Amino acid sequence: MMKQPQVIGAVLALIGFAAFTGVIRAEGDNSIESIEKYREALRDGNPAELYEAQGEELWKKKAGPKNASLEACDLGLGAGVTAGAYAQMPRYFKDTDRVQDAESRLLTCMSTLQGIDTAKYVAAAWASPEKDELNALVTFISGESKGVKVTMALDHPKTKVMYELGKRMFYYQGGTHDFSCASCHAQEGMRIRLQELPYLPSQKGAGVAWTSWPAYRVSAGQMWGMQWRLADCFRQQRFPEPIYASDVTVALSTYLAATAAGATMDTPGIKR
Amino acid sequence: MKSTMKSIVFAASLVCASGIAFAADKSWGSGADDVAFQAMLKSGFREKGIAKLTRLDQDATQAFCSDPQLVASKDGAAMAAKIEAENMKTVKWPTDGVWLGSHAAGEALAQSGRGLTSTDTADTPNGGNCYNCHQISKKEISYGTIGPSLYNYGKNRGNGEDALRYAWAKIYNAKASNACSNMPRAGHMGIINEKQIKDLMALLFDPASPVNQ
Repeated sequence: MMKQPQVIGAVLALIGFAAFTGVIRAEGDNSIESIEKYREALRDGNPAELYEAQGEELWKKKAGPKNASLEACDLGLGAGVTAGAYAQMPRYFKDTDRVQDAESRLLTCMSTLQGIDTAKYVAAAWASPEKDELNALVTFISGESKGVKVTMALDHPKTKVMYELGKRMFYYQGGTHDFSCASCHAQEGMRIRLQELPYLPSQKGAGVAWTSWPAYRVSAGQMWGMQWRLADCFRQQRFPEPIYASDVTVALSTYLAATAAGATMDTPGIKR
Repeated sequence: MKSTMKSIVFAASLVCASGIAFAADKSWGSGADDVAFQAMLKSGFREKGIAKLTRLDQDATQAFCSDPQLVASKDGAAMAAKIEAENMKTVKWPTDGVWLGSHAAGEALAQSGRGLTSTDTADTPNGGNCYNCHQISKKEISYGTIGPSLYNYGKNRGNGEDALRYAWAKIYNAKASNACSNMPRAGHMGIINEKQIKDLMALLFDPASPVNQ
C-alpha cells in the first residue's frame, strides 16, 4: 500500500528538483514567483490523494483486539461524523476531559474502540509503519474538511487555556541557538534561504499554514501531518523532540487554528 | 559546551528566578502561568540523540526574550541594556590578536546549516547557518532575509579596529549588542570555535572575499 506513493514521490521529487534549480538559475529575483508556479503545477497530481484513500480504508477496516473499525469515532461532531470535523479541531472532548487535535483524538478512538495499545504508536519513529497509519488517517480526516472554514470555539475554559499555553510556547526560546517559533515566524515577509515563512501571529499567516497541512512533501517523498510539521520545526530549533500528541503540540495547534479562524481548509496540501 | 550551558542556566536561576518569572506570569493569559507552562514543557518533550531535555532550561537572556510583552514594557529597555552588558562580558577576543582567517573556509561555514539538531551526532560539524538569514556573497542567490544583507560588508566599513571588534562581538555573542536579536550566540554557545570566527571575519572583511567584490 505504501509502495505506490513512495515511487510517485521519488519521481516527482526528481522532476521537481530539476525544475526548481533550473527556475532559480534562469530567473534570479523572480525565483519566489517561479516557485509558486512550480507548486501550482504540482497540485494537479498530488500523491496525498493516495494517502487519503489509504486513510479511509484504515478508518473503515476492523482492527485491534476488539476487531472494530474507527467508524464510530467521535471527532467532535458526533460518532462517525468526519465531514467538517477537522476544521473545528483542536477542541475540548468531554470523555477525555482534554483538548485534542485530530491525531490525539485518533489515538483515543484506536484505544477505546479498537482496544489498541497506542503507546507504541506514540513512541514510533516518524518514518515507521505506525506513524504511516496515523498520517494516512489524519490525511483522510483533514480531506473531509476540504473547503470548510476553520472555526474554533474558545468557549470552554480548557480550550482557552490551551490557546494561551500555545501562544506562550510560540515565543519560548531555548537550546543552543536561542530559537523559538517566533525567531522565524513572528515577522512579516521573511525567508529562510528561499523558503518564505508564514507570519503566524496574523490571521493570514496562520491561515496559510494551518489550512495546508497535512501535506505531501515532494522533497522528502513523505506525507506529513501537523504533528510531524511541528516536530520538524522543533528539530530545526535544536530542541528535544515534542512527544506525539502531547499537550505542547496540541497547545501550539490550538493557538494556530484559533488565529487562522475564518480561513478555508485546503488539505491535503503539497509542499516542495 | 555542556559546562557552558550549565553555568548559564545556573546564572539564569540566580538572576531571573524571581524577577522575570513573576513578570512572565503576568504577561500571559489565564491558565498559562509558570506552573502550568512548566508542567506542559516537562510532559511534552523527550530526549532524542544529542538534543537533551536540558535544552529547555533557559538562561536569563532566553527567559527575557521569550516574553515580548515584558521586552516592550516600560522596564524592558533597561532590562535589555543589562542583558546586553552581561552578554558582552562573555565575548572572548582573538587570543593571538589576528582577526581574519580564510574567507574560503568562512564561505563554506556560512553555507552550512548543519549541527546540533536531534538528528545530528556529536561528530557532525556545526555550520554557521549564515545564508539561512543573510545575503552574503552575490553569487549565492539562495539566501534568507531575517538578517540584514552582508554583501560588501568590509568594503562599506573598512578594516578599522572598531569595525573589526563590532563584527567579532556580533558573531561571538549577538546578544551583546541587541538583547533579543534573532541571531544565535555562535561563539558563546560553543556552536563555532575561534578559528571559525576568524574565517567568517575574513569572509566579511578580506578585500579578496567574494563579499567585497
